Amino acid sequence: MPEKEMELLTKSSGEAEQPFRYSAGRWGSKFLTELRDHKKLLGIRCPKCRKVYVPPRQICGPCFQRMEELVELSDKGTLVAFTIIRFSFIDPETGIQRPVPYGYGMVKLDGCDNAFQHFINIEDETKVNIGARVQAVFSENRRGNLLDIQYFEVIGG
Amino acid sequence: MAKRVAVVGAGQTYHRSKRLDVNGVELIHEAVTRALADADLTREDIDLVIIGNMDHFEGINYVDMWSIEGSGGFMKPTIKLTTGGTTGSTLAVAGYHMIASGLFDKALVIGWEKNSESDTTAAINTAFDPIWDRLTFAGAIGGLAVEASVYMHDYGVTERDAARVVVRDRKNARNNPYAHLRKEVTIEEVLGSPMLCDPVKLLDMCPRSDGACAVIFASEDVAEKITDKPVWIWGTASRHMYSFINDVDFHGLRSLKNASKELYQKCGIKEPLKEIDVIELYQPYSFGGLMWLESMGLCKEGEAPQLLWDGVTDMEGELPVNPSGGVIATNPIGATGLIRCAEVAMQMMGKAEGHQVSDVKIGMSTGFGGCMWSDVLLYGKKKPGS
Repeated sequence: MPEKEMELLTKSSGEAEQPFRYSAGRWGSKFLTELRDHKKLLGIRCPKCRKVYVPPRQICGPCFQRMEELVELSDKGTLVAFTIIRFSFIDPETGIQRPVPYGYGMVKLDGCDNAFQHFINIEDETKVNIGARVQAVFSENRRGNLLDIQYFEVIGG
Repeated sequence: MAKRVAVVGAGQTYHRSKRLDVNGVELIHEAVTRALADADLTREDIDLVIIGNMDHFEGINYVDMWSIEGSGGFMKPTIKLTTGGTTGSTLAVAGYHMIASGLFDKALVIGWEKNSESDTTAAINTAFDPIWDRLTFAGAIGGLAVEASVYMHDYGVTERDAARVVVRDRKNARNNPYAHLRKEVTIEEVLGSPMLCDPVKLLDMCPRSDGACAVIFASEDVAEKITDKPVWIWGTASRHMYSFINDVDFHGLRSLKNASKELYQKCGIKEPLKEIDVIELYQPYSFGGLMWLESMGLCKEGEAPQLLWDGVTDMEGELPVNPSGGVIATNPIGATGLIRCAEVAMQMMGKAEGHQVSDVKIGMSTGFGGCMWSDVLLYGKKKPGS
């Protein structure tokens, strides 16, 4: 008599969320409020190595040095790395799938030593290449997070 | 004075996309029993258990206690390590460090993952800063795609070059009974697969798997009594790069470059391409299988495609890479870095069933994590200092 095939069950983690609320800190808050209220991008300069970082943070890692000098950055820069996302996944912020395709890349803002990760407008894909000059386009409704920048778009020159 | 350390046994599960028949503890137990059997040891012989997974994928944050029945750690010193994608290689480095300390003689090191139990991308997201990185983050695939975009831009490397990596690994996996994906693919199939994030297509990417791996590390005081083929750890090195994605310099994998330099210098390797006999590379996508060979100093920047096309890294080549099929064929993330260690050890012990490289005296395994960090380990048949 053949053994009845065992039923293998799983258990989901359920519908309840596990929410967190993270502090942005002094410099992080300054960056986000300037972005929200004045559409300005701030970096911070290390007094030792003179590197300018975005987002501004308390410590320069390589120097292990506290930083205090905020620097206003340009909203323009150069695209240094780029891809087009074509497969959709759940946006952690909204809980729904992001509409695809969309551009994503790293921008070297003028005046800054590290890059800036954000969405890249791909309305005209032919213009979007590594080396292209790009500019931030700000969202109408800004709330004090990185989505206050809608995307970067390619500009002439 | 550090003790010399050897791998004396290893075991792994037959990796699959979904193991509904076991929970995590039972999966771990499969690998553990195989490793103990391989070394002809019992649970009683083990002094220390080190266990890890990329805990984001199961959301169970106390694996050391949770798995104690299956891991063999009951009433033994047990420690958990979890370092994202590098978990498996960190576990191997830890096995080496713990035994080298002289405080333990035999360590059972376990890496595992039940990737089928969660949304992989959503879980990976938690490995990035919640305020600064997650909102615009494009997942592991997007991050790798931008690295590839820079590599292609700088050197004119093509998608076809990257596809050759996949063809090699999927062909090797066909001969590895433990591999998850065991069907060969052609260049045209890779190029024709759906585009995920330019230039990375579905077949350029690793799968996600359910699987576990266990490796036994032993001190020089006991290793040669356990096996007549101990695999000596010659050295390890690790590098991390940054806090935020913004800080990553995508020109070459700097962490792998610097870690490899340190490793070669420590172990007296002057010409890695000539001196190393096998590499198990933590390579989650095809372009990494080109770029990162350059980062490891096997050839000049931009020249890795030639190594691939010339067959240098194939099974019969001068320096076989991923004889197991690598990560492109099998990826239970918390185990993956440790499987690289186990596979090198199996190669050196002559136990790589079906996918054995001949005459392996020096081997290397690497680990990679999605914040661009790297671990590297070098293994030798020769006892260090002898």
